[in-house]
Amino acid sequence: MSSVADAPAGGRDLCLTGLRKEYPNGFVAVQSLDLEIPRGSFFALLGPSGCGKTTTLRMVAGLETVTAGSITIGDQDITHEKPYRRPVNTVFQNYALFPHLSISENVAFGMRRRGVKDVKGPVADILELTELTEQANKRPAQLSGGQQQRVALARALINRPEVLLLDEPLGALDLKLRRAMQLELKRIQTEVGLTFVHVTHDQEEAMTMADTIAVMNAGVIEQLGSPTELYENPATTFVANFLGQSNLIGGSVVGVEGGADGQVKVDMEGTVVSIPVERAHTANTVGTKGWVGVRPEKVLIAPAGEPIDAPGNHMTGAVIVDSSFIGVSTQYVVRMPWGREMLAFEQNTGARGVLAPGTKVDVSWRPEFAFLLDSSQDIDAGLGEA
Amino acid sequence: MVALTPETDPTPDAVAGGPRQRRKLTGYWLILPTAVWLGLFFVVPFYSLLATSLFDPDGSVLTGYDVTYHFANFGHALSEYWQPMVRSLWYAALATAFCLVLGYVLAYAIAFRAGRWKNLMLVLVVAPFFTSFLIRTLSWKLILGDNGWVVDALQTVHILGSDNRLLATPIAVVAGLTYNFLPFMVLPLYASLEKIDGRLIEAASDLYASPSRAFFKVTWPLSLPGVVGGTLLTFIPATGDFINASLLGSPNQRMVGNVIQDLFTTTGDYARAGALSVILMLIILVLVLFYIRKAGTEELL
Ligand SMILES: Nc1ncnc2c1ncn2[C@@H]1O[C@H](COP(=O)(O)OP(=O)(O)OP(=O)(O)O)[C@@H](O)[C@H]1O
Ligand SMILES: [Mg+2]
Repeated sequence: MSSVADAPAGGRDLCLTGLRKEYPNGFVAVQSLDLEIPRGSFFALLGPSGCGKTTTLRMVAGLETVTAGSITIGDQDITHEKPYRRPVNTVFQNYALFPHLSISENVAFGMRRRGVKDVKGPVADILELTELTEQANKRPAQLSGGQQQRVALARALINRPEVLLLDEPLGALDLKLRRAMQLELKRIQTEVGLTFVHVTHDQEEAMTMADTIAVMNAGVIEQLGSPTELYENPATTFVANFLGQSNLIGGSVVGVEGGADGQVKVDMEGTVVSIPVERAHTANTVGTKGWVGVRPEKVLIAPAGEPIDAPGNHMTGAVIVDSSFIGVSTQYVVRMPWGREMLAFEQNTGARGVLAPGTKVDVSWRPEFAFLLDSSQDIDAGLGEA
Repeated sequence: MVALTPETDPTPDAVAGGPRQRRKLTGYWLILPTAVWLGLFFVVPFYSLLATSLFDPDGSVLTGYDVTYHFANFGHALSEYWQPMVRSLWYAALATAFCLVLGYVLAYAIAFRAGRWKNLMLVLVVAPFFTSFLIRTLSWKLILGDNGWVVDALQTVHILGSDNRLLATPIAVVAGLTYNFLPFMVLPLYASLEKIDGRLIEAASDLYASPSRAFFKVTWPLSLPGVVGGTLLTFIPATGDFINASLLGSPNQRMVGNVIQDLFTTTGDYARAGALSVILMLIILVLVLFYIRKAGTEELL
């Protein structure tokens, strides 16, 4: 248990290099993962069901053998370390509480195995933190789902591991408790300063809690970055569709103006729109095909002929085909002159009433909000999976 | 014993008749067959055994027997046959211990390591039952015989002296008991090991428990219902067994079952045989109750 004892208090970075998992039946659940998770960060692994999130966590915990690649914490290679020697604890997707032990004994399990004599104080503290003091002497079977989940959390947290792996720890909670626990988790993480690797398929959860999100799909990381980065500048169609909604329109590059911070000019169904170079995830040579993307809330519309407060990409001849008023905003479906539909969300500022279907409108968006994606990617990737 | 309680209603309800009333009666109808069966084949024989144990010891087949409440039968039986009685308990305890060790390893292997061979291995555990108990014990007599290969081999490596034997020793009797009752240990152990969620073991190892710690802190406590069931199913019949001692042992290894059999069939001393049977039953009952208390299985089962 040396690795547990000598771990420096502040923790170290967790590094996954070329990590791959092929199950004995030949199925490759994780392709080749490269991740660097700085110590003390709240890292979220986000992806649809079956994309390999649990498999990745299990490899880090040592519960699944690694087919290729390595896992290191600081400069310590733990790729082949026994699970009970790793400075890592897991909150399991299915809790895995010990049915024959009381709640307090469940929570004390890790400390006892490490030979800590006086467990009473820490156990009482952590039960207090997770609001389980009253349940201390009950058995897991006597608790509600949410309470069991908190026991699983307490049981792992009490050990103050360098890395805490959370496998959809809030999955079984109702919305209200879920929101409360999200805040609580985030607070605990900031307080204790541990590295949290949080697995979820709930994009909202990932965005509210994490410093960094890795979007995973079919065993590969699609994109890595802060929640705003991922949302504002998605690099693949999967991320564009899985994280929020996007309008994607086919086009081809007609030229580049300026240098590194210049604009890529794209001919989109007859209209030339510009996209900042750092938001164009394509080759940018003339003739390259791509998907022009823009988030629905960035799309502005106005009745035909009225001015729109957005310099740049401007299109006329669109018709509203559907409008739904949902209180804070109105969601419009707009048919563009070339036949495809676009989404536009308009804040309900009260400046204008809801435009009725059939109204002819002009459409516009600021160039700095558009992004350009590789046309070889499936335009529908990630749809309906969130 | 079969514990069938009729469905009891938590809310005492004044509504008479109606479906509720009928539901209550259904419970009693359902236990009726069991109750009749138990009455015929447990209560009646038990009563006759008790009566026999209180017979006048001077009775005989010719003069007939009377229930004279001759409690001295118990004292006599015990003072005369305490040795086979203690020996029975001791042999049964030894056999149970060996069964537990062998059976646990086997059941563990079948439950966690057998993979697709699981069903085949379970069939193999039960397979000996396809031949008679008697035949199997007789074959052990051959295997452990003085000219058998086991004795030969042990003599060659000087574990046994050249004129020592296995047959007619406590070793043979305990080995026979262990062999014959092993399936009764394996099956309940397997049933409770099989139910253990492998993810609990993973959780234990994630929480710093080495494989051996994980075994003693998680697997073993969760398999206790099987341990208790298996030891009871082995110990109780092994204590009363007489076939192993009579086929593999000598008069020096006589167990209480042999004594009772002799008293009933050869000597015709029904009173003492009955008294000895009742004593054996009481001892086992007390031991079992004490054991279950100690193991705290009410919570586990
Ligand atoms: N033991 C196994 N043998 C073969 N394939 C497996 C095994 N375990 C998982 N898989 C497959 O690997 C893929 C990834 O599984 P994993 O459990 O990592 O998904 P996940 O991202 O955690 O999904 P979820 O959000 O539903 O929990 C799935 O397609 C699954 O079918
Ligand atoms: Mg999972």
